[in-house]
Amino acid sequence: MSFLRRRIWVILPPYLWLLIFFALPFAFILKISLAETAVAMPPYGDIWSWTSGKFEWLGSLDNFRFLLDDEIYVLSYLNSLKLAAISTLIALLIGYPMALAIARMPESIRSFMLLLVILPSWTSFLIRIYAWIGLLKNNGLINHLLMSIGVIDEPIVMLHTNFAIYVGIVYGYLPFMILPIYANLVKLDLRLIEAAQDLGARPARVFFSITLPLSLSGIFAGCFLVFIPSVGEFIIPDLLGGPDTLMIGKTLWQEFFTNRDWPVASAIAVVMLAILMVPIYIYRRIELKRLGIEG
Amino acid sequence: MSVEILNVSKSFGDTHAVQDVSLTIEQGEIFALLGGSGCGKTTLLRMLAGFESPDSGDVRINGESILALPPFHRHVNMMFQSYALFPHMTVEKNIAFGPAQDGLSKQEIAERVDEVLELVQMERYRKRKPAQLSGGQQQRIALARSLAKKPSLLLLDEPMAALDKKLRMRMQLELVSIVEQVGVTCIIVTHDQEEAMTMSNRIAIMDAGRIRQVGTPQEIYEYPNSRMTAEFVGSINLLPATVTACAESTTLQLKDAASTVVCRDTRAREGEAYLVAIRPEKVALSTEDEAAGPNCLRGVIDDIAYLGSHSVVHVRLENGKIMQAHMSNVSRDARTQIDFEQPVTLSWEPESVLLISEDD
Repeated sequence: MSFLRRRIWVILPPYLWLLIFFALPFAFILKISLAETAVAMPPYGDIWSWTSGKFEWLGSLDNFRFLLDDEIYVLSYLNSLKLAAISTLIALLIGYPMALAIARMPESIRSFMLLLVILPSWTSFLIRIYAWIGLLKNNGLINHLLMSIGVIDEPIVMLHTNFAIYVGIVYGYLPFMILPIYANLVKLDLRLIEAAQDLGARPARVFFSITLPLSLSGIFAGCFLVFIPSVGEFIIPDLLGGPDTLMIGKTLWQEFFTNRDWPVASAIAVVMLAILMVPIYIYRRIELKRLGIEG
Repeated sequence: MSVEILNVSKSFGDTHAVQDVSLTIEQGEIFALLGGSGCGKTTLLRMLAGFESPDSGDVRINGESILALPPFHRHVNMMFQSYALFPHMTVEKNIAFGPAQDGLSKQEIAERVDEVLELVQMERYRKRKPAQLSGGQQQRIALARSLAKKPSLLLLDEPMAALDKKLRMRMQLELVSIVEQVGVTCIIVTHDQEEAMTMSNRIAIMDAGRIRQVGTPQEIYEYPNSRMTAEFVGSINLLPATVTACAESTTLQLKDAASTVVCRDTRAREGEAYLVAIRPEKVALSTEDEAAGPNCLRGVIDDIAYLGSHSVVHVRLENGKIMQAHMSNVSRDARTQIDFEQPVTLSWEPESVLLISEDD
């Protein structure tokens, strides 16, 4: 009994944390998404009433139906998923070789290299994204440099395009791609690499038959860590994207603060969470399957 | 059809891992590199596999130098310590990996896999992943994988290190019989003298990057050429002595003891100092107070280690030194016939004595 009682104190804190900081806020959002807009403070109505002992349900799914009526929302979702997916792929293509290179460096300089990967995060995310405006704008550093060495005559329009969003997301989230892949690759038994070479595999074959498949769980972890926050990203499309950039984070922000339509904004958030549950669920399934076979 | 290692040296910074090593290993021979950790045996093995390249010297297989070839082009396959089986592939895929690199057809690869799986008697486990196999089974698969390409030279890196003792004994003999059946030349790296003696035709003892002695297990054990090899393989009693007379046999006076030693070793010259070396199992232990003569020492029992088949008796000599003698437990009550602090006499035959130079 005392053992069970003690175990509860170990299990309780994380669940309590999830309850207070995830479940409760989500319950509020869900509640607001079912309510109607009202000119009041807060700007939404009740979803039930309790008058003279009689319970009445006032909530409705109208806000969710509304998301389907106006195509801007569906387009925002699809565009967010597309931008996030492409950014994740680019981050993987850049991050994997970096992680591999760091993992194969002598142990003494690995931690220094990791420090360099994390170092930019010591500055505010907002400021770093802001800095990209200075780099990407028409009379910015990059255009200036290219023109001065004569590669181009006219400045290339980069700011306020999807290109700028890709740059921003890949730049901002690259550490989240590198770190889990590095953590995986650094554990990889180098004798497996030698064994593959010993059996006649050239370096490229060794990579595709041994290194890559054995680092899949790191790749998945990195991709999800980049993909999931990218989908709901607000700062990057707001600062680097154009006025016509549709991303769900931006649309959400506009509903909350420009339209002051909290119920619709909440509905957008609920749907976004539901959409993101799909990759999280797939990831879980892959992990469980992998553990099931290897464990 | 042989492997020649010619004056091979390799340094890592200031450490001379391998120094001027030359060996010739015959076709079909099972050869053991025996030595403690850091003696250079693993570096030598990795140079044969192609993971390290020597600073100087040459390695030839069938007369042709292989040093210019990268590991993936050498007809040398290695069974790694702890096996290095690919965890994400089935047994079948692990074994097929090597032959598949040679561009063989699916049919040929499948035949190879069947052939080596039958050789190690693991056909039933072909669809399993390495994690689903026991240590002994993993070892068989590792062996099968390293044989699947029909190498000219098979390297075994500490093949038994990951197995428990009982299984080790069985697998040593089984591995030898498989290797002999295939007829492949084989080099085993090990720190375990028993393993080296059980498995190999010849042994090279390595120490500090150099080969100290090469010979059959019997030669190494009965005729060690130095104090290092004598002490490394088995246990041995070493008594400092000076030669007093040389004739058909050599007589020596033991240092700090009254007794003399007679032996058949006739290389010695009068006045030279040697270590008299006698293996414990060649020392007879007697509880009777025999007349003192040559090859005879008195002492009292200091310690007895009862090992079942025999006991190792530590005898404290009159000069305070400890000498070991093995006592065969022929009768059941053998152990009870001796006791601590009991006076005993140790004696041995002149043929059992070996003289080893002191400056070593």
